[in-house]
Amino acid sequence: MSTWIPLWLHRLGSPPTFYAFAGRLRPWAIGLALLLGIVALYGGLVLAPPDRYQGDDYRIIFIHVPSAWMSLFIYAVMGVASFVALVWRIKLAEVVAMESAPVGAAFTFITLATGSLWGERMWGTWWTWDARLTSELVLLFLYLGVIGLYHAFEDRRQGARAAGFLAIVGVVNVPIVHFSVKWWNTLHQGSTVNLFGQSHIAGDMLWPLLTMMLATKCYYVASLCGRARADLLALEGGKDWVRRIAAGEAR
Amino acid sequence: MNPTRKRRLVIVLLVVAAAVVAVGLAVFALSRNMNYLFTPSQVEAGQARDYRSFRLGGMVKAGSIQRSKSSLEVRFTVVDADGSMPVRYDGILPDLFRDNQSVIATGHMDGDHFVATQVLAKHDETYMPKELKDAMAKAHAGQHVDAAATPETMP
Repeated sequence: MSTWIPLWLHRLGSPPTFYAFAGRLRPWAIGLALLLGIVALYGGLVLAPPDRYQGDDYRIIFIHVPSAWMSLFIYAVMGVASFVALVWRIKLAEVVAMESAPVGAAFTFITLATGSLWGERMWGTWWTWDARLTSELVLLFLYLGVIGLYHAFEDRRQGARAAGFLAIVGVVNVPIVHFSVKWWNTLHQGSTVNLFGQSHIAGDMLWPLLTMMLATKCYYVASLCGRARADLLALEGGKDWVRRIAAGEAR
Repeated sequence: MNPTRKRRLVIVLLVVAAAVVAVGLAVFALSRNMNYLFTPSQVEAGQARDYRSFRLGGMVKAGSIQRSKSSLEVRFTVVDADGSMPVRYDGILPDLFRDNQSVIATGHMDGDHFVATQVLAKHDETYMPKELKDAMAKAHAGQHVDAAATPETMP
């Protein structure tokens, strides 16, 4: 392969190395996710003051917004991994792409469910077909499509290839979800937290939100490590390194 | 990069490009219809003429809310920068409904009136504690300042 890829990254792409690496990383990621999650929930539900108009109802933001960020982030990861998998046929990239999909789908579902609850209280409706809500729903269907397509094939690698194409095509939806509130008149309000420029949220509400974002990132890493390890064992079933692990654990 | 990988790369990129173009065209074509609402000035300009039922969005004019004593009927005026539209509604209003609140009403025109079948409150993207808003209001005492409209003065 090309020489510009560092050797360690090259090695990490080999299933046995990644299996061991993910096994060591996972407990740390779980611990960090739990710790940050508890701190963020305490900061958001107890320390942060109520909003001037929405009172305590706005506190669902600490679940809704980090989940929404993750639903887009994981889709982007899935798209990049699928791209690598399709062009270079790296088994690990297929595994990362396909095992990201259920986690992303879960975050998308949480986003829609919490948004619906929040909308009922503040807007006066559970659901409306505005551009933001509709594009997020399309995102959920894309995730479900990728998961379904992957499992529709007898051969896992063939399934990953077909689902990878769907994942890549669906990446088009990610900027649409993000910019929908800017491009069209929507019921959903614009972005509160902006990477470039002013954020429209008080500091003691912002830090729990950002902490929860880190917690959800850690959870994703932990979940992906676990899922990828299981998937690698299934895919590489007959290989020596899997036999050694199986023999070692059986003893 | 070997020829097989280069071929795959080209195929994948072509598929992505095709998807982007297709979705881009669809979004461009839909963009006239994708708008969730019309503002009062757009309605006055006749842009909503083709729709039997549409959504009207704007701010509730301060002091325009009149509630009926015997029923749920409410009359208020929705305004934007250069238009205003009287609205009639019979039903339960969302918690956030008040003067100067952004609302979205679904319904149809009845003469010069808009008759709403549903009224939704749109909330802004600003979150701040009540104490901060009060302090800012005090700092701007004498002049009317909507706290939501001045996020750049936030700490």
